[in-house]
Amino acid sequence: MISKEKTAELEAIAIKLRKHVVEMTCAAASGHPGGSLSAADIITVLYFHQLRKDPKDPHWAERDRFVMSKGHAAPILYAALAEAGYFPVDYLKTLRRIGSSLQGHVDMLSLPGVEMSTGSLGQGLSAANGMALAYHLDKKAGRIYCLLGDGECQEGQVWEAAMTAAHYKLDNLTAIVDHNKFQIDGPVEKIKSLTPFADKWRAFGWHVLLCDGHKIEAIADALEKAEKTKGRPTMIIADTVKGKGVSFMEASPLDFHGKAPTEEEKDKALEELCRREKK
Amino acid sequence: MAERKMVATRDAYGLALAEIGKENPNVVVLDADLKVSTKTSGFAQAFPERFFDMGVAEQDMISTAAGLAAAGKIVFASTFAVFGSGRAWDQVRVSVAYTRLNVKIAVTHAGITTGEDGASHQANEDIAIMRALPNMTVIVPSDSVETDKVIREAVKFYGPMYIRLSRPKTPVIHDNPNYEFKIGKGEVMRAGSDATIFACGLMVSLALDAAELLAKEGVKARVVNLHTIKPLDTELIVNCAKETGAVVTAEEHSILGGLGGAVAEVLVENAPVPLARVGIKDTFGESGTPDELLAKYGLTPEEIVHAVRAVIKRKK
Ligand SMILES: Cc1ncc(C[n+]2csc(CCOP(=O)(O)OP(=O)(O)O)c2C)c(N)n1
Repeated sequence: MISKEKTAELEAIAIKLRKHVVEMTCAAASGHPGGSLSAADIITVLYFHQLRKDPKDPHWAERDRFVMSKGHAAPILYAALAEAGYFPVDYLKTLRRIGSSLQGHVDMLSLPGVEMSTGSLGQGLSAANGMALAYHLDKKAGRIYCLLGDGECQEGQVWEAAMTAAHYKLDNLTAIVDHNKFQIDGPVEKIKSLTPFADKWRAFGWHVLLCDGHKIEAIADALEKAEKTKGRPTMIIADTVKGKGVSFMEASPLDFHGKAPTEEEKDKALEELCRREKK
Repeated sequence: MAERKMVATRDAYGLALAEIGKENPNVVVLDADLKVSTKTSGFAQAFPERFFDMGVAEQDMISTAAGLAAAGKIVFASTFAVFGSGRAWDQVRVSVAYTRLNVKIAVTHAGITTGEDGASHQANEDIAIMRALPNMTVIVPSDSVETDKVIREAVKFYGPMYIRLSRPKTPVIHDNPNYEFKIGKGEVMRAGSDATIFACGLMVSLALDAAELLAKEGVKARVVNLHTIKPLDTELIVNCAKETGAVVTAEEHSILGGLGGAVAEVLVENAPVPLARVGIKDTFGESGTPDELLAKYGLTPEEIVHAVRAVIKRKK
């Protein structure tokens, strides 16, 4: 169980990361705020509580690895890496600028701390499986984590990877779906239903946990349970809200999937996030 | 024409892989339900803990290979050429090429000599789509001896590689076991001053046969084994073009975008000389025996001879 103090600390970090997402995407005048904000609490718990890592030695051989399969949520990962000390926070404002390491979709070669290049949806879970297989072979204690979008789960390769992870009993792998229920063209259920989503993963041989993806304790608890699970991979379906933390984005998730806030929208969003920070 | 020993490059691949498995515990092998055909079965039997059958899931296989490589493994991923290139192209592009990870995509049953399985299984476009990828090295070994060397070099070389192998037994044209294979360096296999034939894969042996036929009519054709399509040995191509004044390419692949396309690009920019491309003429194949198909689709010494005569005629 995670302590009250730690929870409060993580909640504060999550708000800070959200502010970075709003500022970065506004400065870049492009990027994906909605799916970054929905993942903010998950990423916070991973990077500031769960992952065994060393920002001063990003290639430490025994580290836990995180694969951002929904590569368009790059801003939230960049915010976490900066706050965790992989690079200066000031660098965040170079998002999507020419020559920057902060590519529109995450690129492992340009930014230490990024474990796999993604952007073409559906590939990350397979790559995470590969890492988990290698860690099993090398008898490494490290764990592999992977974050997927729910819309992303319409990709056939995700289910190929689901079979692989179960078949090879990858209990050193925890996957998380940022289940914010929206994709680009509309609600996931309307575009192409995933229902029954949890049952699908169970049928594929996974240990499935459901949690509130905006509750720090719930996320931490699920990650802990996943770590204790032997003989099969764990899927955490995290119930989230697209645009979480910024009311006007929550209210129109389709508008803020791949559109950055304007200057005024940014100010409005920051004001709301600062208010939460003070509470 | 010389009687040559016949060995399939896929067999040489399987043997090399099993030996490398002994020498290098860091090598892992993935296959997509074709281990008996691709010949990864030898490695699978010897090192079951380092062999992963991914089932009929080529896209998953390629991205999984990338993950294994990211965690430090030297990965060979095998399937038929059509699937390893086309079916999983976006996975090769983003998970392997963009990341410059150490994955060797070693595919078999390339080209029309896949034979009886027909057009769906005959990869005649794979060189074109693989060489278009940044960071990708593309190699087409000419025979089993060269294949063995390619696989050993591949283990030493860091980075993504596409290795294109064949199904049927093909002539062994390297009888010197000390032949030194170098990635990116073409091999002049026969001297000549009237024209140069650049070939890869099994077409190198047919080009040698063609040169023999041409010699009988007094034409001296140089034969170059261009086993590495990328990075291309541009220096050698330009020198040969300047020295012989006419060029023919020969490949078991579409004339669009493969070896012929690559050589044409170099010539047009550096040393424009008459060029003719021997290859599959922008069409799908069909079922048949490898020899029947080679004959029907114009992949013969005679076809190369015609092409050489034609380019020599076009010389100023
Ligand atoms: C293979 C592929 N197809 C299409 C896209 C374009 N695209 C980017 S994000 C997205 C929707 C993703 O929805 P979801 O996974 O639910 O992401 P989230 O809502 O969490 O941002 C699409 C279709 C892509 N990046 N990759």
